[in-house]
Amino acid sequence: MRTLNVALPKGRLGEKIYDLFERAGFPCPSIRDGSRKLIFENAEVGIRYFWVKPSDVAIYVERGAADIGVCGKDILLEYSPDVYELLDLRKGKCSMCVAGREGFVDDRAGTLTVATKFVNVAKSYYASIGREIDVIQLNGSIEIAPILGLSDVIVDIVETGSTLRENNLVVVERFADISARLISNKASFKFKSEEIERVKAGLSALVEDGEND
Amino acid sequence: MIDFSDVLTRSEITAFTLRKIYREQGYSQYKMSKFEEYDLYVKNKDFLVSDSVLTFTDTDGKLLALKPDVTLSIIKNGKDNPTELMKVYYDENVYRVSKGTKTFREIKQVGVECVGAVTDSTIAEVLGLAVRSLASISTSSVLEISNLDLIPGLFDYYGVSESARGEVIALLSQKNGDGVAQALASDGMSESAVNAFTDLISIYGAPEKVLPRLACYEVNEQTKRAVSELFSAVQGLTSGGATKISIDFSLTGDMKYYNGIAFKGFVEGVPSSVLSGGSYDKLMKRMGKRSRAIGFAVYLDELERLFFRREEQ
Repeated sequence: MRTLNVALPKGRLGEKIYDLFERAGFPCPSIRDGSRKLIFENAEVGIRYFWVKPSDVAIYVERGAADIGVCGKDILLEYSPDVYELLDLRKGKCSMCVAGREGFVDDRAGTLTVATKFVNVAKSYYASIGREIDVIQLNGSIEIAPILGLSDVIVDIVETGSTLRENNLVVVERFADISARLISNKASFKFKSEEIERVKAGLSALVEDGEND
Repeated sequence: MIDFSDVLTRSEITAFTLRKIYREQGYSQYKMSKFEEYDLYVKNKDFLVSDSVLTFTDTDGKLLALKPDVTLSIIKNGKDNPTELMKVYYDENVYRVSKGTKTFREIKQVGVECVGAVTDSTIAEVLGLAVRSLASISTSSVLEISNLDLIPGLFDYYGVSESARGEVIALLSQKNGDGVAQALASDGMSESAVNAFTDLISIYGAPEKVLPRLACYEVNEQTKRAVSELFSAVQGLTSGGATKISIDFSLTGDMKYYNGIAFKGFVEGVPSSVLSGGSYDKLMKRMGKRSRAIGFAVYLDELERLFFRREEQ
């Protein structure tokens, strides 16, 4: 049996995802010790987990440092990494949205300015509806961009919408469903296909059971 | 004879080993000039791995390009005789934009091309050479083989709309079963049609395991031909040695240029494919040639890290 290297997203979602792996038969008890270590291994079941920044999971997997990993569909849409997207884990559900100030209507006159963390997602969405835009890339607190007049709208992921509401913004359009996905390095999949299929089957059974919402 | 083994780098040794393998199989070397007219590349831009080409103006005002690719030049300059078979190999540097730095890099590439009277046995021979190439690089490798005509054949049979096809192919190449099911369902496909495509994702692996399962996909002329081509292509290959053979329909390619048999080689320890090839009769047609063609390239730059790690150990 070959050891599988698994990149998990640090944070609350990552902990939920680890629970899923554990229930699927790939536990690594030391991970719950609360230490600040980033790498955990359970040789018995042949698995090694490591915590990385959520937006970096796809890079670790694409470059083969991790065989498989779990990352949000938003990251996959933004970076289009050359990986397999094996399973929708239906965790961390939210949507990719356009939001603007209350009452905002795009009259399609002039160029629309869009503030976002997801530059490629915004470009390809507006290209698909034939709207000319200017993109302003921000790294956080996107919601204040329309309020300060920095942009007309924002493109961002929206879970409950409470941050938007508190900043007097409303969703103008939902255009993609986001959730956590199991991804795999293409080359690793050739050499560890049995191991990866076992993980996928274990997780898939839990997702299908619906005991995971 | 001087022994050069202590001066040659791993990637040079690999390049020479590959050249020897091809030469022994009766391939002759194709040496290309450093520059080609830019026109050749701009007409087939999508065929290139990276779409930027390094250009400059020659003293006579002609726009030239530093070669980003070898195949196009071989097609352009080679004879177009559908009754003869031209077998060549090359060992060239090409200039492409690297994905990481977004700047131009020089990449060493070794490969073979067969142009002209390509038959089933030519395809089998080229696949055999791909296997031997991989085996000379690593003790653990996989040659993944697909037939690009199978999926379009299924599209025609089930009546998948033109607009959905590109997306479904992209999702199949990601083995994204959920996505394929959604895309086809929203295109109005029946459950059995959806299942036919999503099942295809789980049908991969050794030919003896996969080929018997393809019977249910032989639904029209095109798919029948695709499956029988696969049968004859893998017949002469022996799996289980250093190089494993795997049939996998998630391997897709640009259908404007490629058709029929396509393949990719992976060696353990390298995170992306190190060998890539297939038949490109459609590209030949686009360039106004009547011959058929098949070939592959080995990307030595991808192997550098593997060699480096081996030396460290």
